[in-house]
Amino acid sequence: MTENKGSGTTTKPPKKSAKERVEELEQELKDSQVWKSVFRHKLDDTPRNRSLAVLSNVFLHLHPARINRDAVRYNFTWGMGGITFYLFVVLTLTGVLLMFYYHPSKVQAFRDILYIMNDVPFGNVLRNMHRWAAHAMVITTWLHMMRVFMTGSYKPPREFNWVIGVQLLLFTMLLSFTGYLLPDDQLGFWAVTVGTNMARATPFLGHEGPFAPELGINAFNDVRFALLGGSIVDANALLRAYIWHCIAIPIIASVLMIVHFWRVRKDGAISGPSPVMLASEVKPPKKR
Amino acid sequence: MPQNPVNNIDEYLVNKVFDGHQLWELVTIPDNVPIVLMLGLVVFFLWMSFRQAKANDRLIANLEKNPEMAKTHHRNVFPFHKSWDRTVSVWPYLLKREFLAAMIVTAFLIVWSVYLNAPLEEPANPTLTMNPSKAPWYFLGLQEILVYFDPWIAGVVLPFLIVGGLCIIPYIDTNPLGNGYYTFKQRKFAITTFLFGFLVLWVALVILGTFMRGPGWMFFYPGEPWDHTKVVVEVNRNLNDIFGITGTVPVAIFGAVVVAGYLAVGGAVFHALFRKTRVFARMSTIQYAHLVLFFVLMMSLPIKMFIRLAFNIKYVWITPWFNI
Repeated sequence: MTENKGSGTTTKPPKKSAKERVEELEQELKDSQVWKSVFRHKLDDTPRNRSLAVLSNVFLHLHPARINRDAVRYNFTWGMGGITFYLFVVLTLTGVLLMFYYHPSKVQAFRDILYIMNDVPFGNVLRNMHRWAAHAMVITTWLHMMRVFMTGSYKPPREFNWVIGVQLLLFTMLLSFTGYLLPDDQLGFWAVTVGTNMARATPFLGHEGPFAPELGINAFNDVRFALLGGSIVDANALLRAYIWHCIAIPIIASVLMIVHFWRVRKDGAISGPSPVMLASEVKPPKKR
Repeated sequence: MPQNPVNNIDEYLVNKVFDGHQLWELVTIPDNVPIVLMLGLVVFFLWMSFRQAKANDRLIANLEKNPEMAKTHHRNVFPFHKSWDRTVSVWPYLLKREFLAAMIVTAFLIVWSVYLNAPLEEPANPTLTMNPSKAPWYFLGLQEILVYFDPWIAGVVLPFLIVGGLCIIPYIDTNPLGNGYYTFKQRKFAITTFLFGFLVLWVALVILGTFMRGPGWMFFYPGEPWDHTKVVVEVNRNLNDIFGITGTVPVAIFGAVVVAGYLAVGGAVFHALFRKTRVFARMSTIQYAHLVLFFVLMMSLPIKMFIRLAFNIKYVWITPWFNI
């Protein structure tokens, strides 16, 4: 029998190593419809893919594709703005989990905290993390403000972003303050009493402030009554603090944060470190 | 328990009432730990800013001495080589660092949460006042001011002025130098004023309110045990009493004159010192008016604190409707 040579011949392909087979499977996976519908661009390390990794991702496209090489160093920004936002996310997550176990009523609030601390699995870690992240967030906000000031990053064109930042500072402290009352313990109750007692001293609007008697302001129609939903720190105050803390202020703060981050990009990304300017290079002031 | 109450710093030092254990207890209360951390972080970042500011100022001085170098030098203290790109990809360089920071913060938070329990006092009891009854630590600065001003100023007017003053900073700062880099020499007034307001009038008052204010909001030296039975005898008088002025209307007019006089004299002193600066020429009248107003109002706080502590003066202006 003559051997058939030519196109009819089939030679056995060389045996593939395990590594090659795994690589083939990987490539099949990445060519599949399911994969491509989720990951819209290839992941190998090319400059194009590096940019796409940021620009085509809804969470990451807050960042530009490229930044000043020195802005990556923590010396300049200290990372405080980002850490503040991260703590906000941690607080939202731990806060939502705490909400599963908390009833904002005078009868149940304190007992719920005891339940969380003692009976809920990892409840004490959850509650502690919420409280310490809250304190840390107030501190990182202050440090961020200090950094922005020390680098002059509020100067034109970033003035308005500074103003938004000050509002965020205010709302961070108000978030912390409204949360302080929620355990309904002596610490929270008296802290909020001291705080809202300041409200009754508001000029014109508080019943113990200047000019109150002349305007007919009393304990039942002043701004403190509006805040507390009553003339004493009681069930209504607790419920209002809960709603401010969990819904109203987070929504307001989120909107402000959206504007704040947007403005950072639009005003030219992280301000520096920018080249130092000499006094002799300053343009003379416009004649008035 | 000390036998003799501590009335001044000499007695504190001589009687050696420093109780290290009490101070340690106070500092390690879980709710006070963040304040200790804040103090450490503020000091650290202050050092970090001034270190970079000094480096930049040295560079600026060198560039100003040497105009040729100023034309070609890359104007930054960070390492740089002409062949390097001025920008780098955010992925991976920035994002990996951000992820690392997030991991470190999370790890720190978890360890902190496992070992330190958040405070929980007894259930709220409207008939039992805590002593001392303290606001949350970030408002202790305002609570401290309550000693020197009435609630309507300390609790309403001053916070508005603080927020307003902060918001107005970018609009009255006409100095184009220092935009995006650390410097001290080029922004002496701005940095000094801000740090005075932030560190002295805010952070220091928080520290004071946490560690040195005890029962009855009385002052206790660090390490002095908090004694509920301590009695502080303080005879305060009003400014009009010192000058012998009595009667509602004369007192009110006197007070108005004092406050207006302070604003006028304060403004004049500020103007005399400030008009020689470089930035003054760049400011419009409205900008300058706001700068003077906020600065003089800000200074009224430490001045009022001083005259209260040094001369036991309580009110400078008394009217039937409000007291300052």
